[in-house]
This record gives sequence, structure tokens and C-alpha cells, in this order.
Amino acid sequence: MQEAIETQHSEIQTHALEVLGVSHKFGSKVALDNVSLTVPRGRFVVLLGPNGAGKSTLFALITRLYDNVSGEIRIMGFDVRRRSTAALQQLGVVFQGRSLDLDLTALQNLTYHAALHGIGYREGRRLADEALVSVGLADRARDKVRTLSGGQARRLEIARALLHGPACLLLDEATVGLDIASREQVIDIVRGLVRNRGVGVLWATHLVDEVNADDKLVLLHEGRVRYSGTAADLISTTHAESLRAAFIHMTDAGHTHAQ
Amino acid sequence: MTPQGKLRRLDATGYLACFRGIIWREVLRFLHQRERFLSALVRPLVWLFIFAAGFRQVLGVSIIPPYETYVLYEVFVTPGLIGMILLFNAMQSSLTMVYDRETGAMRTLLVSPFPRSFLLVSKLLGGVAVAVLQAYVFLLIAYFWEIEPPLIGYVTLLPALVLSGLMLGSLALFISSVIRQLENFAGVMNFVIFPMFFASSALYPLWRIRESSPLLYEICRLNPFTHAVELIRFSLYAKFSPMPLVLVVGFTVFFLAAAIFAYNPSKGLMGRRKPLANGGS
Repeated sequence: MQEAIETQHSEIQTHALEVLGVSHKFGSKVALDNVSLTVPRGRFVVLLGPNGAGKSTLFALITRLYDNVSGEIRIMGFDVRRRSTAALQQLGVVFQGRSLDLDLTALQNLTYHAALHGIGYREGRRLADEALVSVGLADRARDKVRTLSGGQARRLEIARALLHGPACLLLDEATVGLDIASREQVIDIVRGLVRNRGVGVLWATHLVDEVNADDKLVLLHEGRVRYSGTAADLISTTHAESLRAAFIHMTDAGHTHAQ
Repeated sequence: MTPQGKLRRLDATGYLACFRGIIWREVLRFLHQRERFLSALVRPLVWLFIFAAGFRQVLGVSIIPPYETYVLYEVFVTPGLIGMILLFNAMQSSLTMVYDRETGAMRTLLVSPFPRSFLLVSKLLGGVAVAVLQAYVFLLIAYFWEIEPPLIGYVTLLPALVLSGLMLGSLALFISSVIRQLENFAGVMNFVIFPMFFASSALYPLWRIRESSPLLYEICRLNPFTHAVELIRFSLYAKFSPMPLVLVVGFTVFFLAAAIFAYNPSKGLMGRRKPLANGGS
């Protein structure tokens, strides 16, 4: 009984993502300096920072494209170095750059991704069909990705990232290059995943208008976490008029970085 | 969709599904890129129909193993041209991998939960499958140009093609980890493909090279491509020669280990680099 309670307790305590004291260098240049953050399950966490803040480097470490030599990164409690297989199974990623195969159809891209997670063709096909419906692309299943618009391709990437049922979703500048309608569509889909399916989302962006007042916000600047808390608290702490003004105040980033 | 947070067991079925998926993607890409298939075929055919025909009268080939009689220059050069298909296909794969890395497609492969070595070997085998198909289509056309090896040779050739393709593919994979940008690929053409091809036994017998330049002869003997060509030459005539086999296996293991090391995030070269343009901050 006691054991069952402890197990239940540990499941409740497990965050979708924990980054603890992570640093990273490229040669002598420090890209990340003692960065810590958590993404609870069912929360939308914004990683806000100007270009060059270290957001993509942090994503590369979380996804194990680079090795983190200092600090710890855990996905659903699994250390990405020691338990990389279990950790990566729990992770869905939408990279900053487009990473779909342009010459394959939307469906082929999804079944390929399913295979990369050890899911056989038949089940992969079923999951792909469901995923395409969930992002409103069922009618484009057999079209080559090359023919999709930027917004549709982004939605397809989100469907792909969710196909294997990850508990944690990373999105790196997912709305860059999209028009306003497509941006809102993508954000709505992702916020819906947080509400309805309990996915923990880390949303990296440099656009302050993508942040809601009650979102958990982690402000990254020059490789260091400058603030962690809600967006509303940041505004009141800095006595700024808006989040944009607070962001500029915290980063001295200048008007070009905050939009 | 799969319920969030559910862990799948990655057993043999999962590995097989992953392997099949990677091979299938390579084949699909190949089918979608018909120009690539045609150019891979035209290159050796031009050498066979024009270059070899021209050199027939200039270059005499004496009786050397595995041939049991005097052979036409076209016959001698055919294994070298098959090697050329494998070499160019491997380097094309290397180019694709650099491109995939720049566009981000490589990342989707590398963030799969399967071991990176398994993913890379699967991708390699996908490329080899395409190259083997090209080699057999070339041989089919060459048959009508009186290149007529014994029928059993077409069967014994297959393992030699796979092994040589793996060796060259592993080398290409390693090179792709070293190349920083797509623009640097021209250097691969000048410093890898051409020297490997010309300083080998693909176009001329080694004894001929030794007569003209002992130094070049030694370079040719050190060239892994020479041994791949010889392995193909012997297997095409259903003959066995242990030395090329041992050396090609050895080079394959060495290049593959180097490529897997280079792509290992905790040991290799990838993690020491700044994110590429696509990687943003």
C-alpha cells in the first residue's frame, strides 16, 4: 500500500522536462551557463529569448544532438544521457528549420517517423491518419510536402512530433515565417494539446506576443536564465507597462528583438 | 493517436520496423529522383561506350587473374565502372546527408530512440540497396555490349557489391560528418572521388601502373577502392581471392567505426560544433 502511494506520488511529481544546471561551450564561447528550468505535465512553458540567446543549443542538448557534459536533463524522469532510449521515446520535437522530406507525401513522412519509433506500417498508418485529422490535414494526406503551404507544413510537423504519443513536446520558433492566420492556428493546436491531452510543452520563441499572461515564462539571454515565473509577475516585478517593455528591460535587447 | 507518456518496448519487431522504414524511405527518394538514377547510369556507360572503345587499341591487357584468356579492354574496365557506380552513389549519399543536416531532415533520424549506430547502418544499407540496383541495370546494358560474365557471376557478385558499397558508404558517412557546409562538397570531388578512382585498378591493371611509376603503384595498393574493384572483378567471374575480401572487410569496419564515432554526440565531432544556420540560436 505504502509502495503504491509512493509510486503514485512519484508519477505526480515527475515533470515532462527537467533541465538542471546545464552549461555548454563551443570552443571558448559559452553558449549556455548553468541553465535550469522545468516543464510540468499539462503546462505551456515559453522559452523567450532574443536571437542568439542559446535556445536552439538548449534544444540540441535536450534532443541529444549534442551531448550535455554538465548538469542533467530528464524527460519524464529519464536522464537523456543514461536512459536516452526511454527519454527520446517521450519526446516530440518541432525543429526551427523545416525537417520534412519534400519529395514524400504527408502520409509517407508520418509513416517514416512512426518507423523511426519502432511502430510497424499498419499501426503507423492508423496513427498517421488520426494525426492528420487532428491538425486538419486529412485531405492533403497524399500530397507531396513540397505542395503544402508554410502553415500546413508546420501543422504536419506538429502531427509528426505527436504521432508516437510523447509526454513532452519541444517547439523551436515554430511560427517563424508564417502569416498571422497560420501562426494563430499553430498556437491554438499546441495550446489545445496542453489542455486536452496533458502534454508538457516547451515553446521557444523571440516573439513576446505569443506569450499569455498566465504562461510560465523562462527568459533566456546570452546563455543564462534571467527570469523564471509567470509573464504577469515579470511585468509587475519590472514595473513595466507591457511584457515587451519588461523583455527589453531584462535583456537590453533593443527594439529589434522584441516584436 | 498513441496515449501520451506510454513507453513502447523496442524489441526485435520495433528494430525491424525501423530498419524497413529507413530502407523504404531511401528507395522512395530514389524513385522520386529519376534524374539521379539516369545520371548514375550515364556516367559509366559513357566510359564504357566511348572511353573504353577508344582505348581498346592503345591498352592491351595480358592474361591476369581472374581472366583465363586475353580480354578486351571493355571487359577489363567493367568491374572498375561498377566500382565507379558504387563510389559516386556513396558520395551522393554523403552529399544528401550534409544537405539533410543543413535542412534538418537528418535531425529527425538522429532523435529516434534507437541506437545511433543502428540508425546509421540502416541508412547506409538503404543507400547500398539503391547502388546495387544501379549496378545490375548497368550490367544488363553492358551485356548487349558483349560484356558477358558467366551467369553464376551475377549471383556471386551480389555480396561483393554489398560489401564494397558498405565500405564506400561508411567512408562517405564519415566524410559527411567532417564537411561543415554543402559548399565544401566540391572539395570532396577533387580530393576524394577523383584520386580514389584514378589511383586504382579500375582503369588499368596494377602491373601496368608499376611499370610506369612504382610510387603510383604503391599509392594504388593503399587505396581501398582498388581492393573493392578487385573484389568485384573476381566475384563477377565467380572466383575467390582472399586478399581483397580481407582488406575490404577491414576498411569497412574501420570507416564504419569512424563514422559512428563522428556521429556520437558524447564523443564525436557533431557536438563540438556551433549550430548551423538552420539551428538558429
